[in-house]
Amino acid sequence: MPYIGSEDTVRDLRRVLSNPNVQSDQLRYRNTILKVIRAMSQGVDVSGLFSEMVKACATVDIVQKKLVYVFLCSYATLNPELSLLVINTLRKDCQDPNPMVRSLALRNMTNLRLPSLVEYVEQPLTAGLRDRAACVRRVAVLGWAKLHNLQTNSEIDAAVVNELYSLLRDPDPVVMVNCLRALEEILREEGGVAINKPITHHLLNRLKECDIWGQCEVLRILQRYRPQSEDELFNILSLLDVSLISPHPPVMAATLSLFLSLCSGLPAVGLAALERVRGPLLAACGNTSREMQFTALCHIQLLLRSLPGLMGEHYKRFFCGYAEPAYIKQRKIEVLVELVNDDNVAILLDELRGYCTDVNISTAHAAISAIGRIGRSYSDKCLEILTELLGLKQEHITSAVVQTMRDLVWVCPQCSRTVCSAVEGCEAEIQDSQGRHALLWLLGVYGEQVSSVPYTLEVFIDGVRSEASVGVKMELLTATVRLFLCRPAETQDMLGRLLHYCIEEETNMCVSDQALLYYRLLHCGIEETRKVLQCRRSDPSLGVLIGRPAEPINQWSYIFNTLEPLRPGAIETESATIGGSPEHMTFDPKPNNDLSDTLSYSFGKTVRSVTDTALQCTDSSSDALTASVSAPLSLSLSPALSPEEFEDLWLQQQALHVEQGPEKIKAEENYVYMEEHVQCPTIFRCSPQSLQAAMQLVNIQTLAFTPPHTLPWRVYLYTNTQNKHSADTCHGTLILGELLYTGEEIQKKSKDEENVGVEARQDKREEEREEDTAEGRSEKERVKKNTAEKGIKVTLKQQPRDEKALKGFLSVLTTVLHALSSE
Amino acid sequence: MISQVFILSSQGDHLIYKDFRGEAGSDVVNLFYEKVTALTGDQPPVVMRHKDVHFVHVRQGGLYWVATTTADTSPFTIIEFLNRLTALVKDYCGSLSERSVQMNFALIYELLDEVVDYGYIQTTSSDILKNFIQTEAVSSKPFSLFDLSNVGLFGAETQQSKVAPSSAATRPIQSSRDQGGKSEIFVDVIERMLVVIGSNGVLMKADIEGEIKVKCYMPTCSEMRIGLNEEFSIGKSQLRGYGAAVRVDECSFHQAVRLDEFDSLRILRLCPSQGEQTVMQYQLSDDLPSAPPFRLFPTIERDNGGRLLMYMKLRCDLPPKRSVLDPTRLQSFSSELNLSQELSSPDQSAELQPQSRAVVWKIPRFPGGTQLSALFKLEVPGFSSASMLEVGPVSLSFELPKITATGLQIRFLRLSPFQPGPAQRWVRYVTHSDSYTIRI
Repeated sequence: MPYIGSEDTVRDLRRVLSNPNVQSDQLRYRNTILKVIRAMSQGVDVSGLFSEMVKACATVDIVQKKLVYVFLCSYATLNPELSLLVINTLRKDCQDPNPMVRSLALRNMTNLRLPSLVEYVEQPLTAGLRDRAACVRRVAVLGWAKLHNLQTNSEIDAAVVNELYSLLRDPDPVVMVNCLRALEEILREEGGVAINKPITHHLLNRLKECDIWGQCEVLRILQRYRPQSEDELFNILSLLDVSLISPHPPVMAATLSLFLSLCSGLPAVGLAALERVRGPLLAACGNTSREMQFTALCHIQLLLRSLPGLMGEHYKRFFCGYAEPAYIKQRKIEVLVELVNDDNVAILLDELRGYCTDVNISTAHAAISAIGRIGRSYSDKCLEILTELLGLKQEHITSAVVQTMRDLVWVCPQCSRTVCSAVEGCEAEIQDSQGRHALLWLLGVYGEQVSSVPYTLEVFIDGVRSEASVGVKMELLTATVRLFLCRPAETQDMLGRLLHYCIEEETNMCVSDQALLYYRLLHCGIEETRKVLQCRRSDPSLGVLIGRPAEPINQWSYIFNTLEPLRPGAIETESATIGGSPEHMTFDPKPNNDLSDTLSYSFGKTVRSVTDTALQCTDSSSDALTASVSAPLSLSLSPALSPEEFEDLWLQQQALHVEQGPEKIKAEENYVYMEEHVQCPTIFRCSPQSLQAAMQLVNIQTLAFTPPHTLPWRVYLYTNTQNKHSADTCHGTLILGELLYTGEEIQKKSKDEENVGVEARQDKREEEREEDTAEGRSEKERVKKNTAEKGIKVTLKQQPRDEKALKGFLSVLTTVLHALSSE
Repeated sequence: MISQVFILSSQGDHLIYKDFRGEAGSDVVNLFYEKVTALTGDQPPVVMRHKDVHFVHVRQGGLYWVATTTADTSPFTIIEFLNRLTALVKDYCGSLSERSVQMNFALIYELLDEVVDYGYIQTTSSDILKNFIQTEAVSSKPFSLFDLSNVGLFGAETQQSKVAPSSAATRPIQSSRDQGGKSEIFVDVIERMLVVIGSNGVLMKADIEGEIKVKCYMPTCSEMRIGLNEEFSIGKSQLRGYGAAVRVDECSFHQAVRLDEFDSLRILRLCPSQGEQTVMQYQLSDDLPSAPPFRLFPTIERDNGGRLLMYMKLRCDLPPKRSVLDPTRLQSFSSELNLSQELSSPDQSAELQPQSRAVVWKIPRFPGGTQLSALFKLEVPGFSSASMLEVGPVSLSFELPKITATGLQIRFLRLSPFQPGPAQRWVRYVTHSDSYTIRI
């Protein structure tokens, strides 16, 4: 075996190589060299044979030459001195009448990667650029790139660059493409090869001559070109249309990439291009190569972000085959979730149900959580399937189902009854900590609905000593305290035992600290505890994120046709969805999971106290404003607004607004539109969870938001105000709002100028009713001043009209935003 | 841009390693293999990353074909290139296996040298490459029963010699040049079926993906004309004639195919280059022109002893006399269990594969129009009524020779009269089950 006696092998080979008898027998010589290469590719270090191999290089046998070059190129960097010996042979070969020999010599000369040899290489390379044979020119052109990378800090020879530019007109398409590649590398400092109009059109016209690799390269480089006029743009697009539906996936993808970069200002054209590649992409999904199928699937996921309906009728193409590898199945499941609609939901769920018992556990889990995600829109059918799966009594399935149910309940609280009856009695099957974590959360939050909870928790508490997971212990604490709040008689004893254990014996700091916290909290009284622990059990706002709004194409076009979409978990199709649930954002139990939970509670409390004062403050000011507003303004979340309703209302009023002209405040009999600016430039860095949590504490419901740190940053929210004027008239209004932060100052300023006039008018109207308080005015001035800096544009729409409530709302909102951005 | 290309056997042996740009060290090979073995799943993901090195690999012939590259490279290009590389190696070495790669490593180095320069793909066309590739292929001819089946008793020529053996097209393309090998052209119509049949016997999904491949062993070949069924139609609206139309939804051709006679006469004209190329690809979704080839009638019940009885009746609906090779039936089941079976014929076998939790029933030959049955008794610990749900779908894998599911036929295959020397032409049809699933 060469692995063991590698030294012996090398010695033997050297003996044979230097044997004159072998050297004279061409076949034996070549076979010995073959053995050397074989040993080399098996990982044996044969660098000791370098000098023997250099001798073997001088031969007329091309096969032997090629073999020796393979060897020399691998070991040249280890033997720079000896490599000098090869150069003579190589330079002689560059004069050979056979173009194949010339190109071979030239290529290997540049492949030696020895800076010391550069001076010998330049002359043959220059000659190579003007060689008659295209294959030599191809090699010579790339040779310059190799040379440049060997000595990156050296001056770029302008003559060479010019020669390379002129070779773009070479009759051989590969030479042309190689020139592009070489220039791209040589001129990297200057941003690559210059792409101007004549070059672009020259390349486009010769696109057809290239093979698919050349086409991909040209299309990629053309992405830098910006057409000067719209006519030119459309000319280019129509030239490219053929390659957009090319049967070769690489060409299709490169063309689409170019299309998207050219049409970045024309979203409609981009969308049309996406429609156009549907056929080729679907065909690539049926490619014989699994890897190609996978690549196509990943890119389809990208496309679906902008055009959710793209593959709607082709959902059957994404059904998994039995023998497909797990990575394809999981991607297909992700795509299937996106394609659900009223017509196919039954078939899709039936299909997904089949995957839940897949032999591959992670595929099974993916299918189960996919059913859970579909359950956000079609909860009945999905819960039926999930409940049925619990009946299988399979450890990993039960655990995954419970986790999925927890996530589902968080979004769709109306499912809680079904879920509670389903999870009863499945604690015995769940062995892993994530599953137990999920189960405990469900038991804690819905403790009053499940009769057997105290017994279940008691089992957990009795086994707490042997529990390994910190997350489970912390969740157990929370669940027990929550249960204690609704069923004190049954729970008191075991809560005591648990707290005692956790405080006295538990070694983990997080657990014992949390136990202490609860202990002290309970000392403060039941009501206080209730406030902390029982505020949130669901997150209705997430409803909107199922029918995710179509993203603009440029959100993802820069990663299209790169390796990025293929990375596991690269496309977070529902980043916003997961991000919305603060309690179990992470599915793996981290010790700090619950800690952050409690932290966010306490943080929530501070916000509440802040907003309480804010409310009082508005109260006082509104008291001063008008005598009719006697009762404090109260916001409430009911009646809840579905995302669709919200969208309808918002757009309908927008249309109304546009019809009515550009005035900022429209005061019809029952509708108000207003824009304000609030200064809190850091708010857009705030995580969606904390924003949502804070908003919910003051009963403002956020419906949808962009992820943090993206611009423009947007949040949509709504609330209902109840303004108790007097005992007999208690009327509520609905306020819809949008927060917009673009991060641009100039725009704001111009807006601000408009605003001055608007506010003046607003002031006048208010003056009609009563004097504006000094307080309010100063507030307004402050706002005005701030808008000159970076500010958040708040657009509010209210129905029916109630100026007082709207102002109250605005001040609550402002306070929350300030509190959040100061965090 | 490709930084390195290497080929690894499934055991992690280094077969081929070529560094094009000298940017990353050669330890990436071991790194890749460590990453592959560290994964528990059945198949490593296509793209893996280690710091700045991105591995893209395809699996073909039981080998890992890996390219390392940068993050902004087009995955379509790299994967297409790796697939093309495997096809080239297959053309030049005859077949794809660890053995053939090991024996022909010099040839593969030579190929790689010509195909990629400094990480840029130069050409993969076998027409150009044949001028550059000098190394002879070493073909390994494993002893094969197929070779024997061609020779009749006592070496007499039999009817069967009119049929090319299935191994005929697995030899290196270059051998014809010097050994005076037969100048042959193989035209293969290969279709793959993706079928899902519901528990009630209703066809839930039926896709067919097909391709026409030409494998040419002649160093130069003048124009060839391939005639398809005249009633071949593409798309839904375009129905031709009254006969049983052969319809496909979408169809794409190799760029070398001239289609001037395609619209009127359904003739493809091309000059095949040496080696294998896919001339035409087509697909048909949600439609099967004929009845699905296999029907299953399962009965599942539990007996008094808590055992699960599965009585399977499998019917082959193909025309009689068409035999089917090696259909395998799989069935997933997720508990530990014991199996006892009663099969209808002694040459079949059934076994329980604990790892994939499946019962595998192997049927070596299945003539059309016949019916087979089997009774499996499974002992399931802790059997409950819910366990019945776990009896997963039945998957069949099979190969139907001489049959195309779409009905596509090649009417004729003509070489131009100027073709020097005689050439043998072979037309072969085969339908594979890519995924043939029957729900229970």
